[in-house]
Amino acid sequence: MKILVGIKRVVDYNVRVRVKPDGSGVALDGVKMSINPFDEIALEEALRIRERGQASEVLAVAIGPDDVQTQLRSALAMGADRAILVKCDTAMEPQDVARVLLAIIRQEGIGLAILGKQAIDDDAGQTGQMLAALWDRPQATFASKVEIKDNVAVVIREVDAGLETLEIDLPAVITSDLRLNEPRYIKLPDIMKAKKKPLAVTDPATLGVSAAAQLRVLKTEAPAQRSRGILVKDVPELVAELRKRGVVS
Amino acid sequence: MSRVLIVADHDGAQLGSGTTRCVSAAAKLGAAEINVVVLASPAAAIAASAAQIGGVAKVLTVERAENAHPLAAVLAPQVAKLAAGYDYVLAPSNTFGKDVLPRVAALLGVGQVSDLMSVEGPRTFKRPTYAGNAIITVESPADVKLVATIRTASFAAAPAGGTAPIEAASTDAVLPTHTRFVSIAAAKSDRPELQSAARVVSGGRALASAENFKLIFALADRIGAGVGASRAAVDAGFVPSDMQVGQTGKIIAPELYVAIGISGAIQHLTGIKDARTIVAINKDPEAPIFEVADVGLVGDLFKIVPELTALLGG
Repeated sequence: MKILVGIKRVVDYNVRVRVKPDGSGVALDGVKMSINPFDEIALEEALRIRERGQASEVLAVAIGPDDVQTQLRSALAMGADRAILVKCDTAMEPQDVARVLLAIIRQEGIGLAILGKQAIDDDAGQTGQMLAALWDRPQATFASKVEIKDNVAVVIREVDAGLETLEIDLPAVITSDLRLNEPRYIKLPDIMKAKKKPLAVTDPATLGVSAAAQLRVLKTEAPAQRSRGILVKDVPELVAELRKRGVVS
Repeated sequence: MSRVLIVADHDGAQLGSGTTRCVSAAAKLGAAEINVVVLASPAAAIAASAAQIGGVAKVLTVERAENAHPLAAVLAPQVAKLAAGYDYVLAPSNTFGKDVLPRVAALLGVGQVSDLMSVEGPRTFKRPTYAGNAIITVESPADVKLVATIRTASFAAAPAGGTAPIEAASTDAVLPTHTRFVSIAAAKSDRPELQSAARVVSGGRALASAENFKLIFALADRIGAGVGASRAAVDAGFVPSDMQVGQTGKIIAPELYVAIGISGAIQHLTGIKDARTIVAINKDPEAPIFEVADVGLVGDLFKIVPELTALLGG
């Protein structure tokens, strides 16, 4: 079985994002970029499945400009066997991303697609579900445990009520939640090895996809800030303050 | 005039707390007709609750054995069929809506607005990106059905007192058998549900153990609050994942939020920034939680919390 993992280049998790004063977006110049953390978790899970002998190959796929090759090389260094960059210089909406991934899935005969549950830039959380719909295959979102048994995956999902277990037939789409695993660190020799691994470049048109954005972003603004309140010195003062504000009786 | 279809969230037995907030969002859209669809088995009790939400014109039920547990692959094709004749399809942005609705959007061939937080016009909305650090205003095309998940913390519950008629509906959607529900491990609790509780008390890493969380539970029970936790406390295994508050956990907007031993990572703050009053108790005066807290108390939680619980009694 071949596993496809989606890799998105995003502003690094530790960067404090700033909105541009003219409202045209967030400041990205000189900002550190990384693999979306949920995608790293997805990749780690794919590698573990392969290491258990339940998959033959892990294919990392990214969409974006040439710069994204950096993140694909990191994915190869982590342990992906091959990578494909789908070159596209404008941001793509989740549905178009799903269509691109589906084209590759069909071309490559993929048996399992593992994606992050959301990207930490647009926070849309749509691509995996849309891919599963277009592919007409099962989805198990927000996965915190994945077990492959022959042609079935048993997945534990983190849902609002608790932990839900689903059984899904493969091929299928799984999206990773935070506690699925802890991604491995990349070692220096792996970075050297990754340079020799195959990284193919294609584009949406070659895959038969013409991207068409449906939503127009009119403006980007910083959120309303809460202002710093008061400090009280002890518990009786805290209780008095809460009673004064009418939030406790 | 526009028609809105809301997909009711439920756990198989009871209506979830997100649906009524979707009704409030739908009202802001200036909807001429707001209908709620309950896909469940049995559906009667859930539908009866939905019918009591003020502003709902009609509740549709699709009761079939396959709908006993909310599985996105099973529900989405039915919702996509039922969406014919509606201008908007909404669901709450909880794990139910986040799972089902993008699948519906893809089947309809349209995009989705995730976490819709305010209505600026019939086709213009605000939604958070970058963990709430950048709010974008998006416009969707007027002639295309709009599919959106509603950020429930941004909308109040709709008033009760509705008496909407309940009608059975059906679709000719072909339902897959490739996705099967096995089980759910849900902690049974008599405490208020986190996402709709008026008061929430949360504990963080500083609690240091699962055992110590009893301090948090005791305080919560004293003031009738729901209980939450930071990601650090969940990752450390002190409490189950369904208690996590924050960007990747639950986004909440209680009247009172008490953060105890929580430093206040940006992802946590995203989950609580709509709370009316935030109280922080932390031994580190530099903790970021104090930048957003309305009332802060610096000190040892193991001394403060029992004293606070005692003083709030009676």
